[in-house]
Amino acid sequence: MATLLEQVEVDTELRPAVAGRNPWALAARRLWRNRIAMAALGVFLLIVVLCLAAPWYAHNVAHVNPFPPDLNGHTVVNGKVVPVMQQGGGTLHLGETPIGPTWDLSHYFLGADSTGRDVAALLLYGGRSSLLIGIGAAVLCSLAATVVALIAGFFGGTTDALASRLMDVIWAFPVYLLAISISTELLTHSSGFQFGPLHVSAASLWVPTIIIAFIYVPYVYRPIRGQVLSVVNKEFVEAAIAQGSGNLRLLFSEILPNVVSTVIVLLPLMIATTILTESALSFLSIGVQPPNVSWGTIIQDGTDLVYTRPWVTIAPGLMILFTVLSLNVFGDGVRDALDPRAKLRVEG
Amino acid sequence: MLTFIVRRLLWTVLVMFVITVVVFIIFFKTPGVDPARAIAGRNPNAQTLAEIRAQFGLDKPLPVQYALMMKSLFISRDLVSYSNQGLKVVPEIAHATPATLSLVFGAALLWVVMAIAVGIAAALLRGTIFDPLLMVVALVGVSAPVFWVGQIANMVSQGILHDTFLFSWVPPLGYTPFTQDPLLWFKGLVIPWITLSILYIGFYGRVLRANLLEVQNEDYVRTARAKGISERRVLLRHNLRTSMITFVSLFGLDFGALVAGGALLTEVVFGIHGVGYLAYQGFINLDLPTIMATVVYGAFFIVLANALVDIAYAWLDPRVRPT
Repeated sequence: MATLLEQVEVDTELRPAVAGRNPWALAARRLWRNRIAMAALGVFLLIVVLCLAAPWYAHNVAHVNPFPPDLNGHTVVNGKVVPVMQQGGGTLHLGETPIGPTWDLSHYFLGADSTGRDVAALLLYGGRSSLLIGIGAAVLCSLAATVVALIAGFFGGTTDALASRLMDVIWAFPVYLLAISISTELLTHSSGFQFGPLHVSAASLWVPTIIIAFIYVPYVYRPIRGQVLSVVNKEFVEAAIAQGSGNLRLLFSEILPNVVSTVIVLLPLMIATTILTESALSFLSIGVQPPNVSWGTIIQDGTDLVYTRPWVTIAPGLMILFTVLSLNVFGDGVRDALDPRAKLRVEG
Repeated sequence: MLTFIVRRLLWTVLVMFVITVVVFIIFFKTPGVDPARAIAGRNPNAQTLAEIRAQFGLDKPLPVQYALMMKSLFISRDLVSYSNQGLKVVPEIAHATPATLSLVFGAALLWVVMAIAVGIAAALLRGTIFDPLLMVVALVGVSAPVFWVGQIANMVSQGILHDTFLFSWVPPLGYTPFTQDPLLWFKGLVIPWITLSILYIGFYGRVLRANLLEVQNEDYVRTARAKGISERRVLLRHNLRTSMITFVSLFGLDFGALVAGGALLTEVVFGIHGVGYLAYQGFINLDLPTIMATVVYGAFFIVLANALVDIAYAWLDPRVRPT
């Protein structure tokens, strides 16, 4: 107790001008002071930078192209040239086993997968897809949910009832089963699809991104709609109506700025959720399609090697774990900074 | 109360109807996909395609097509899997249900007990190093992909340490029905139960701790303290009761979702042939009828479970009835 009081006194002495700052600056400063949250952000950014450096690592350090299978390749271990696919490895000493981790950054650091590809390089490339889909899906989903929530909350009545019931229906579907249904339909159509002027190939990263964004819209919609409802009848909105503002202006200049903080609080936690979902879908081979890789597809490839070359499974899982954990910790910090009383649901 | 139940059930029926319409659109009306070809699976012959077109009335008006889909799903229940030599799909789902129920019930028991223990321990130990430590462990549990945890569990229990006394009791992957061998049923499910419950222990533990601390300053808690009840007893008898409300409602939703196919990842990793595994096999074989049936039955189960949770809730707490 004593330490807390001292802290407050020191704060007021040093910063008498705090009262005049805008809420965003205050929140940013609260977040900046939350060392655990900032450390988590640091971990997340480090992972992002590492994954962005994938082509650089593959070309300049590992000297491999990790995408085509490489069953006849050779590498150097302890100064000796050895084949990447080794005869008679594993417990049964039968068949070919890919080389295990060499712990040498320039020569198959984490070993090779079942087709002789460099796991370390794949891991970084896979991270690019996982992060891209995770962030893309979370942003798309939040945008869609915000638009629907703004319209539903603002117009109320039948519009609200219809939108909310529709969200209930989407949410009633078992997440993975819905994703399986949509993916099966889309993937049976291997030549791709035509949505008006847009052509999307079946192997495009957009397919899992849009599927994941779609299934989580109701989940983001609910808290945002609640926030819209809580501000829609406030005095400042009435004042704007009295000044003659049109609906668009009311929506975007008066209501939207007051729900943005809810969206921002949800965003890091949503990215954590979408990255987990992407890895699960890719593990089930309904997410990222070859030739693309993601952390989920690498774990799937590692299934057959789990007893002989465990690092093919362990490494991508650790990457997912660190990414999602850092986002969850950072997300908690953002929530505490912006909205100390909010209760949010994080789902796996 | 009766009006509430009737209204809630009418609403449930409406949601079910909309769900079937959505499923119909996904499976029969995706732009650019020929439904007969998709339903027929890999390399269909012309005869199969003609049969499917006739069975689902694909040349007839939309309402007829919808009605035929519903008939084959619910009335005649003769939806046939073309990838699986004409196996009927609906009885397959009924056959897979006990495995899913075994997995989910055991995991639920484990996660409720453990989450309450974690939540209470963290709240009791607030101010010590153990509270943040427990919460970090819980967050790791929430952040780990369940299928990966399962793979690692397999790696350890079936591989590296299988020959030591620690894991020599673990049977090979797969599910043994309880009626066939209760002991083997139990042994085979212990590790899947733990794997599936880790996420929920972390999540529910965090929720419970937050709720316990939130109600700490309520009037009735202060009254209890003023009466001279010990701090520990206040927490367990007064705080915990209100905090369990959120816990129970979340539990109803998650449990329903898991039974309806949400445990798919765990089932796939451990080779448990439940409902989720069935849907996954349907995907691997491009077997649309199986996926269609599991999705519809799964969604129906979730909607029904949610309705039951709401009704039980209204019965327990009169305040929620008017809504």
